[in-house]
Amino acid sequence: MRSLDELRAIKARMQDQMGIRSDATEAGKIVVSMGTAGIAAGAKDVVLAFSENLGKNGIYNIAVIQDGNAAWGANSPVVEVTLDGQDKVTYVNMTAEKAAKVVAEHIVNGNVVTEYTAG
Amino acid sequence: MYRSHILICGGTGCTASGSAAVITALENELKARNLENEVKIVKTGCFGLCAVGPIMIVYPEGCFYSAVEAANIPRIVDEHIVKGRPVKDLLYKETVTESSIKSLNDTDFYRSQKRIALRNCGVINPESIEEYIAYNGYEALAKCLNEYTPAQVIDIVKASGLRGRGGAGFPTGLKWSFAAANAADQKYVCCNADEGDPGAFMDRSILEGDPHALIEAMAIAGYAIGASQGYVYVRAEYPIAVNRLQIAIDKAKEYGLLGKNIFGKGFDFDLEIRLGAGAFVCGEETALMTSIEGHRGEPRPRPPFPALKGLFGKPTVLNNVETYANIAQIILNGPEWFAAMGTEKSKGTKVFALGGKINNTGLVEVPIGTSLRTVIEEIGGGIPGGKKFKAAQTGGPSGGCIPAEYLDLPIDYESLISIGAMMGSGGLIVMDEDNCMVDIAKFFLEFTVDESCGKCTPCRIGTKRLYEMLEKITSGNGTLEDLDEMEKLCKYSKNNSLCGLGQTAPNPVLSTLRHFRDEYIAHVVDKKCPAGVCKDLLTFVIDADKCKGCTLCARKCPVNAIEGTVKQPHTIDPAKCIKCGTCIDLCKFGAISKK
Repeated sequence: MRSLDELRAIKARMQDQMGIRSDATEAGKIVVSMGTAGIAAGAKDVVLAFSENLGKNGIYNIAVIQDGNAAWGANSPVVEVTLDGQDKVTYVNMTAEKAAKVVAEHIVNGNVVTEYTAG
Repeated sequence: MYRSHILICGGTGCTASGSAAVITALENELKARNLENEVKIVKTGCFGLCAVGPIMIVYPEGCFYSAVEAANIPRIVDEHIVKGRPVKDLLYKETVTESSIKSLNDTDFYRSQKRIALRNCGVINPESIEEYIAYNGYEALAKCLNEYTPAQVIDIVKASGLRGRGGAGFPTGLKWSFAAANAADQKYVCCNADEGDPGAFMDRSILEGDPHALIEAMAIAGYAIGASQGYVYVRAEYPIAVNRLQIAIDKAKEYGLLGKNIFGKGFDFDLEIRLGAGAFVCGEETALMTSIEGHRGEPRPRPPFPALKGLFGKPTVLNNVETYANIAQIILNGPEWFAAMGTEKSKGTKVFALGGKINNTGLVEVPIGTSLRTVIEEIGGGIPGGKKFKAAQTGGPSGGCIPAEYLDLPIDYESLISIGAMMGSGGLIVMDEDNCMVDIAKFFLEFTVDESCGKCTPCRIGTKRLYEMLEKITSGNGTLEDLDEMEKLCKYSKNNSLCGLGQTAPNPVLSTLRHFRDEYIAHVVDKKCPAGVCKDLLTFVIDADKCKGCTLCARKCPVNAIEGTVKQPHTIDPAKCIKCGTCIDLCKFGAISKK
């Protein structure tokens, strides 16, 4: 280790992975419903897609949480995105591809992807 | 990228409770369910709530599973990891409410704590230097080398008000300034990780949970005083700690954070472990250095102090593990941040190892100045069985007792000394109405008699005579004059012993005499032990009104001391009774008691 910059590079790389361990994820949370209907419809892939895309965008202070107690039926997988200081947005019939778009549009650029929301 | 991290405590406490089997079960289950690339298992250091180990925390939810067994793992993986439904009946009860799962920080145990020395314990994998770096690791060292002169580093430590956490509370910055001021061709930085106090495990937990914090701080100390070599003296009875520390040292060397020309600033610092061999006296600074030099651990007269002539006769700084654990944070956050916590003369936080008669045995860290009541009733969860608090012992064999009347005293270095106790290294043993304070004093003297190195007469012979007097008192042969003689001998030993062992060995006696003299008087005048502990002063008696004559006790008594016919009240022959207590344990009618 020859410089502070090298140290900081390691820290930056590691923080992507370690952010998940904070008790308070300040910037918000993404809750993916994992009721039986959700799992059957592929909620698992949605969860992974969110994780990966957040990581690719260097965002490590938003928690991706599975909620196995939610009872959505017909429109599963359902994803509720609550960013700090904003109202909850509910996305329905989600897929891995749609997750990537939600990250890019809603979370990074701040534009809710209305075509994916309920109602 | 992993979507979930599962942290499992691999400290000595939880390992003893079986966390290794839990980790293996988890590895196997994740493999079986093809989740290895999604879920990361992290073996950490001590979370602190040792009473309910093995402990497991699942992120991102932050669910705290307690008393986890390997058999629980398949269910937890299936329900929580796969289906997203935390298993409520396996969670730490206090976090489970009707509607939600509380965060750990909202529980009685953690709410009033402030974890600074312990900040990474239970959070990172101590064997990963990169996880340490992720949480600002080695930035403090870089900052010192790049932005501060050695003198400025010492000023920062001085301004923080940090005092030695090994028990004596000497101002750390001042100690470093003395060593820095003495010129020599070689200087040393040492760490006292001997932790000899029975019941203390603060340093062990830091070594097991965050060894890099120690390494970084020792390198900073080396820069500050002009030393290029450090030694960590760890007791051999801590195999997990020794192993983790060695792994950390090797990793630090690999990454160029130990060795030559650190951060390219021309600063060299190397670190080695030296193992202790179980001698309490080697926790004393000069005996410790004598031991590192290869001699029998015996203290030396001071002056000269180690800052001038320490290890191998060179200027040396020796600090406790917990003292070092605060250094990096003080550098990064500034001394004012640290000085804002604590009391006027005792800054910062203190780690306590709670043991004895308390529900939440484990490791806690609170701002200095917190009251004993908060530590025992709120964080510690009170006394088991609803028993009454009697005293808390701090400082181990060198310390004193804090009785109930001082429960609201803010704990700091000066306030404890004013009541005849001391902060000590952090071991806090809680005692209830069933503990005999004379017996406690005797217990500690038994320890110090064994541990006295023998070099100086006041300690070698003084501790032995004190122990004999306590034996005399607890066996019913003591007199009031003995109490006065004992007090005189205590003062003599304090004033004339060569090192801290002999100087402080009388403290448990003096402290209990001061606060619990009535118990001593009961032992010597009435020949009774009020707490019902000292066997020679007890008579086991069967209450004829309650005894149903079932003959169970008579049959089980190992010395046939109980007589009686069926359905008639039985009696115990005091001449034969060995006071083992078997009859009391067995009696279904509560008819037997000890008086």
